[in-house]
Amino acid sequence: MALAAMMLALAMGSVTVPLPDLWQVIQGDGSALHRTLVWELRLPRAVAAFATGGLLAVAGALMQVLLRNPLADPYILGLSGGAAVGALLAMLAGMGTLLISGSAFAGAMLATLLVFGLAHGTGSWTPSRLLLTGVVVASGWGAVITLMLAITPSHKLPGMLYWLMGDVSYARTPWPALSVLVVSIALIMPLARNLNVLARGPMQAAALGVSVRPLEWSVYLLASLLTATAVTTAGSIGFVGLIVPHMLRLVLGNDQRVILPASVLAGGTLLVLADTLARTVIAPEQLPVGVITALLGVPMFLYLLHRSR
Amino acid sequence: MSTLRTRDLIINIPERRDGFALNMTIESGQVWGVLGPNGAGKTTLLHTLAGLLPARSGWVELNNAPVKELKRRAIARQLGLVFQERQDTFPATVMETALIGRHPWLSPWESEQGEDQALAEQALRALDVEGLSNRLLNTLSGGERQRVAIATLMTQNPDIWLLDEPTNHLDLHHQVKVMNLLRNQAQSGKTVFMCLHDLNMAARWCSHVLLLYTNGDACWGATESMLVPEALERLYNQRLISLKKDGLSVFVPAQ
Repeated sequence: MALAAMMLALAMGSVTVPLPDLWQVIQGDGSALHRTLVWELRLPRAVAAFATGGLLAVAGALMQVLLRNPLADPYILGLSGGAAVGALLAMLAGMGTLLISGSAFAGAMLATLLVFGLAHGTGSWTPSRLLLTGVVVASGWGAVITLMLAITPSHKLPGMLYWLMGDVSYARTPWPALSVLVVSIALIMPLARNLNVLARGPMQAAALGVSVRPLEWSVYLLASLLTATAVTTAGSIGFVGLIVPHMLRLVLGNDQRVILPASVLAGGTLLVLADTLARTVIAPEQLPVGVITALLGVPMFLYLLHRSR
Repeated sequence: MSTLRTRDLIINIPERRDGFALNMTIESGQVWGVLGPNGAGKTTLLHTLAGLLPARSGWVELNNAPVKELKRRAIARQLGLVFQERQDTFPATVMETALIGRHPWLSPWESEQGEDQALAEQALRALDVEGLSNRLLNTLSGGERQRVAIATLMTQNPDIWLLDEPTNHLDLHHQVKVMNLLRNQAQSGKTVFMCLHDLNMAARWCSHVLLLYTNGDACWGATESMLVPEALERLYNQRLISLKKDGLSVFVPAQ
């Protein structure tokens, strides 16, 4: 599935590369145009899309276990809002892409600290409090974003709007995202059974031998890092972190040893397909991929919610 | 064979000035029942014994080592707890639920083997829920869920069993079945310590009883010496009628 989606992503675009030609390119032959198109333009972009999708889906799956709420997602906790404010500030100041990425990353981490710092408060760290704090802080970021858009000179607006809706074409290079994804999966897999137990509640988990506090902190930090990396790579793309783990749970059950690697594949595949669609629907014009995921995600999510009643 | 000992333990109940220091020794083969009115601190005591809550003063020893110095995993191999309330946010089957009892026994990369599966099946059978093993937890009745929780503890197989009102939601037959199971476990060398609300169950199945009063007072000892009507009436602030039948005490509340 994931491989087929990658092939499709390589073949489709404003110039279509037929499959036999694509095969030649992969083997090192084919015309110069096709080679450049595939190796230098489409492959990095497809890898970036895959990595971003995987990062978001894993981050979503982790947040849902952490908050013991199947509707939790890094975006709901205001992480993407913080990243967006960071990125827009950098754009407003006319900084280069590298600084925009750095600023977005800083914004996401700041949002993380803010939400958890506020929710931590007097020591009780209940999921509902965390979720509420996240939602409130997220709407705060939303207001700041609207304010910034209102005072921005009009020639800078399109770039900002594309960033806000999520756009893989911002990805300079896919490799940082991909390596973060690989490393964090390697880190989290030994903890997957601990997460299964944590899903039963912190007291039950502690009674079954899990050191709850350290586990919760490492999961939270990891999920924040994953989200920040994803947002930095491709702007704010919603619903992948919410939809993918949710659907996988319906099909595969709630064993994190299965859900986490499956999230990488399914999230990556979804975003590669969505990005291919975004590039081809009105080619040569491109849509921001966040629009596609939202258009796919919202009805699917409502359907799932409706059916589960 | 494990021993749980409390050393001058005073549990941390908010807004209670002080309490009677508990110096109990709970040994293998014994079945303890904790009796007391709502809010007396039965659940808090259970959680403190398991090292899940800090004590106000004093400490708990598990096989002569202070519980708060032990790793959670080391505790979980010797001591297990059935909670009164459980969270079932995510759908899980009965079998999956029983199998999480194996968690403290498996290393990070290990997955449940046939042996673990066999232990879980055996526990589910002992609690009459083996026919439900593929059902989702949230489709079960309260009593069935309670039995699955006890089966999870049985799968965990620690030496010390702490249970918070294990007969909650159970029908009469299964109440008896669970209490017999707990007594049999104690006879095979386990230690059982549970909160109860039913005086008659304590009278029939417990070897030792701890009475916890709302004001923090406590007394404990062998069941026969503790279950005297005057003490129980003071405990619950409720007049009782006590009957004797075939050497067994029966307590009924008076109007």
